[in-house]
Amino acid sequence: MSVIRAIGVGKVFPGHSAADPPVRALKDVNFTVPDKEFCSLLGHSGCGKTTLLSILAGFEAPSEGRLLLDDRPIGKPGWERTMIFQDYALFPWQTVADNISFGLEMRNVKSTERRRIVEEHIALVGLKGFEKRYPHQLSGGMRQRVSIARALAVNPHVLLMDEPFAALDAQNRALMQKEMVRIWDHARKTCVLVTHSIEEAIALSDRILVMTKRPGTIKADIRVELPRPRSEDDPQVLALRRQVRDLIQDEAAVEV
Amino acid sequence: MTHVASTPALSTELETTAGRCLGWLRRLRAFGLLAVFGGTWQIVSTMVLDASTATLLPPPSAVVKGAWELIETGELFRHLRDSLKRELIAFGFAALAVPLGIAMGWSKSVNEQFDILIEVLRPIPPLAWIPLSILWFGIGDTQNQFIIFLGMFFPILLNTVAGVKNIEPNLIHAARCLGASEFRILWRVVLRASLPSIVTGVRVGLGVGWMALVAAELVGANSGLGFLINDARTVLRTDYVIVGMITIGVVGLLIDRGVRLLGAWMMPWSRVMSQ
Repeated sequence: MSVIRAIGVGKVFPGHSAADPPVRALKDVNFTVPDKEFCSLLGHSGCGKTTLLSILAGFEAPSEGRLLLDDRPIGKPGWERTMIFQDYALFPWQTVADNISFGLEMRNVKSTERRRIVEEHIALVGLKGFEKRYPHQLSGGMRQRVSIARALAVNPHVLLMDEPFAALDAQNRALMQKEMVRIWDHARKTCVLVTHSIEEAIALSDRILVMTKRPGTIKADIRVELPRPRSEDDPQVLALRRQVRDLIQDEAAVEV
Repeated sequence: MTHVASTPALSTELETTAGRCLGWLRRLRAFGLLAVFGGTWQIVSTMVLDASTATLLPPPSAVVKGAWELIETGELFRHLRDSLKRELIAFGFAALAVPLGIAMGWSKSVNEQFDILIEVLRPIPPLAWIPLSILWFGIGDTQNQFIIFLGMFFPILLNTVAGVKNIEPNLIHAARCLGASEFRILWRVVLRASLPSIVTGVRVGLGVGWMALVAAELVGANSGLGFLINDARTVLRTDYVIVGMITIGVVGLLIDRGVRLLGAWMMPWSRVMSQ
């Protein structure tokens, strides 16, 4: 079981002077992500969605409220909540296999067992034959595959994703979204995806949490109960897209 | 059939031989200016200058002869060995800048303590320490090593600190997520991520140290390349002076190349090193 619960979570970044006043990034955020659900946090840039993800990972502490994983407060970062970053954050001095093995070494997994798990995850993300390459020898999409394998190899309870496909070109992005659906099907985890792409949120999620502009809070909670893989031309998908777009556009209008 | 097949093979072979010759010629071209410079120097020294002035600028032919004498007697090798030994021992101590730099780059409180001290000491040129160091250590190895150490320490330290501070924060985040302890983050991530910057610091440090070494030997040594050129000056052996200078230049270049090659071999993943 890996249930995430946010109860009245708020975050204020302290200011340093009168010219640099405190900034409120999040205000009264409440939601629950049930076990093995794929949940997206959708919003404009600067809505605090990445801050919320950082708190979930344990990089930052909330200023108010409580964030619980299985009814225990989320503390320091650890292998039970691994993260996939937009810039991949692969260790450039390690090969593909060693990158994926890193978390297992940190957990003191025996080397034979480690090799087996690494091999299994290389196959899962479709990188067979690239084990000995270094990250700089791979394309963006392949690097993100390594990053996904590295995050899954330690068998976390929760997988956090911070705009994982935003740095890829349109074709690769679409491909990686399809791949993510396939991978998630094989390795079901409680997932939280941060994105500003409506299409991405609809393609991947069981549930979309739409956030308001700063200070960020949850504006709408939309269930997506369509079978995967989801076609962009499906009328139900189109209708959902329109609905979410209207919600998001309201937020853009608030600023003007 | 056979001779038809052999014709293109032969021509390719000819082409590659021709290509190789051209390649060599092209490489020789880089020495063009150097050859003109040497030729002019030879002519000026032998034909333009009168005999007494020519003592101050001996022609390249005399320098080569002087070099041969110094090599034959083993004197050049002895001085070079003493200088390299000093450089190496000083580097052993200056390498302490790496752990200190990592501590300063990683921990705000360590940085706070060391920063002011280092900012004040850093602009003092190593040569300004020579008078005091002669009083402290006398003339000889220890004093020389101390001066070289000062020349090496700060470039290595500052590059290490910069390397640690410039690490992609997400690399640290990723390691934390994957369950790395603080010690393992330092050892497995911080040290490795800042290694290209550390090696750059070592390159600069060894260069500055090599320059400081010669200066230290000029005034406070009984051996070494710096001593060699200063000693030759007192007996007006300008050819030996120039041999010593050229040796310093060539060895300095070789040290730098060596460290760069070592860096590229150690870090095939780093773009900084392959440049």
